[in-house]
Amino acid sequence: MGQTLLRKVWDLHTVRTLPTGQTQLFIGLHMIHEVTSPQAFDMLRRRGVGVAFPDRTYATVDHIVPTLDQGRPFADDLAERMMAALERNCDEFGIRLAGLDSDRQGIVHVIGPELGLTQPGMTMACGDSHTSTHGAFGAVAFGIGTSQVRDVLASQCLATAPLKVRRISVSGKLGPGVYAKDVILEIIARLGVRGGIGYAYEYGGEAVERMTMEERMTICNMSVEGGARIGYVNPDETTFEYLRGRAFAPEGDAFERAAAWWRSMASDRDAAYDDLVEIDGSEVEPRVTWGINPGQSVGVSEPVPDPAASRTPADAEAIGEALDFMGFAAGAPLRGTRVDVAFLGSCTNGRLSDLREAARVLRGSRVAPHVRALAVPGSTRVRRAAEAEGLDETFRSAGFEWRGAGCSMCLAMNPDRLNGREVCASSSNRNFKGRQGSPTGRTLLMSPAMVAAAAVAGEVADVRTML
Amino acid sequence: MSGARPVDRVEGTAIPLRGDDIDTDRIIPARFLKAITFGGLGEHVFADDRRTMPGHPFADPRYSGASILLVNENFGSGSSREHAPQALARWGIGACVGQSFSEIFLANATTIGLPCLTAAPSDVESLLKTVEDEPTTPIVVSVRDLSLAARGLAVRLRLPPAVRDAFLTGQWDATGLLLRRFEDVRRVASRLPYVAGF
Repeated sequence: MGQTLLRKVWDLHTVRTLPTGQTQLFIGLHMIHEVTSPQAFDMLRRRGVGVAFPDRTYATVDHIVPTLDQGRPFADDLAERMMAALERNCDEFGIRLAGLDSDRQGIVHVIGPELGLTQPGMTMACGDSHTSTHGAFGAVAFGIGTSQVRDVLASQCLATAPLKVRRISVSGKLGPGVYAKDVILEIIARLGVRGGIGYAYEYGGEAVERMTMEERMTICNMSVEGGARIGYVNPDETTFEYLRGRAFAPEGDAFERAAAWWRSMASDRDAAYDDLVEIDGSEVEPRVTWGINPGQSVGVSEPVPDPAASRTPADAEAIGEALDFMGFAAGAPLRGTRVDVAFLGSCTNGRLSDLREAARVLRGSRVAPHVRALAVPGSTRVRRAAEAEGLDETFRSAGFEWRGAGCSMCLAMNPDRLNGREVCASSSNRNFKGRQGSPTGRTLLMSPAMVAAAAVAGEVADVRTML
Repeated sequence: MSGARPVDRVEGTAIPLRGDDIDTDRIIPARFLKAITFGGLGEHVFADDRRTMPGHPFADPRYSGASILLVNENFGSGSSREHAPQALARWGIGACVGQSFSEIFLANATTIGLPCLTAAPSDVESLLKTVEDEPTTPIVVSVRDLSLAARGLAVRLRLPPAVRDAFLTGQWDATGLLLRRFEDVRRVASRLPYVAGF
């Protein structure tokens, strides 16, 4: 019987089984940022412990970064203190930092792949749940909390329990106007936001194999929204071609040797899985969330659900609470819902191909007069690449604001946020209550092309009619 | 390094928080993460829900001073922010009992010495009702015996045996364990082609 990639990577990185029953797993790459690391460094100092492998640690700044005026000191004193703490900590412990003065700066889950830091067969950790993104390369990547950031800094290891593997196979070909975002929203809607607890999700099948690395990153990014801490795609030629020539990728003959090893880490053809799920990619529609968790989405042509039709009282209650918060009537169509804000960006959909797809919809159109629209590239390199092909002009002339790189309105730790009960068409990953900075603000998750369509129409629209 | 505080039992009153999939953005909204310490997080726990949801248990004086949090399914879903269990612990919560917990939340809570135990759905329902009817009900959660006692109610709790042992021996703080045989860590690193060089 063959093995899964998860099992191969796990075994290779196992240091020992701890008395707690957990596995002590070596972490090949630790990425840190300003929000979840300062307390971890303080804990190290209090214990008199250093950073075990500073050369396997890489830092950047993303969550609190202002996207308008990035001059220092920041206008927000708390943000400035967090930035300064990260600089001080990286300096003291000898950790590389891609700060705001570096063209390598950006959202951790955008720059890791972009710089070739993220590679197949690795273990990775980062104090952010969307670390699952890096699984697109066939890395096993853990989102962790601050005390675990401390553990990884101190020992380059994580104490963690083994996971089962669910293979999710997406067959067929996606229709026009249907994107990786729609596929992952469909998967989470089917399996639920807790369906993945205890599992790693392995994505495969014809539709996934055909996807670019950026599309695979979108899928893996939202694994955690389905309850799976880890998601991955087996590395293949698409992966290797993406990595070739990247700053931290091996070069020359070493690259070929690396590719051979990366290939060997993919799941074997006869690998056994704990669960198998099949999805027909050709049936997936552009999707939009109607509720307060990412599992609550429907195809754009479908109505929002009716609690009266739900299977259990708990489901009825959950749907009722979500509809109340969103101000939607049971069974009403979602298409035509007025939007106040359009947000393009985030670690889910803030990459060059995302901006290109949105720009394709916007070219020659104008954002509806009542819509405030923001385009926030996922990294400084994405911003520069977009500008080099004139996308910034497309966005500006359509009425979008073109901003600096960061997490921005995905979680509103910088000045970009919703006001009051505003409705936001958003290419981000979470529609939780209050997520975008206003306790009563409302988020509709969708693909970047659908965000662009909503911005132009001023309401939720089917991008397939606008391509 | 090791030898953190053992967690054997947690006694006190409970706070009943109904609902599935209560995410970490609700437990502690992101704007409160703009800080370089965890200090002061306790007062902001459920900050927005308390204001926008009438009768929210964390705004209800009958439950102030509670040390046991009762929840339903998939509590703590979403972000990896340790600020969520930190805020609960700093508010005064010493143990969580519910149907299920989100994975990263569970790991974070365990790592800071906050046990999250699971119970059968019917038992969770009885507990929620008991505490809603009588908020002053004294409750004992025994990590050692994996049981909860509330007046006449006796409930079986679940916790993986190794996690239970970690709480009882004060080894829930992993740093010391992970550093104990560091030569093994170096050995594993040196066998990885991407560390040794392709």
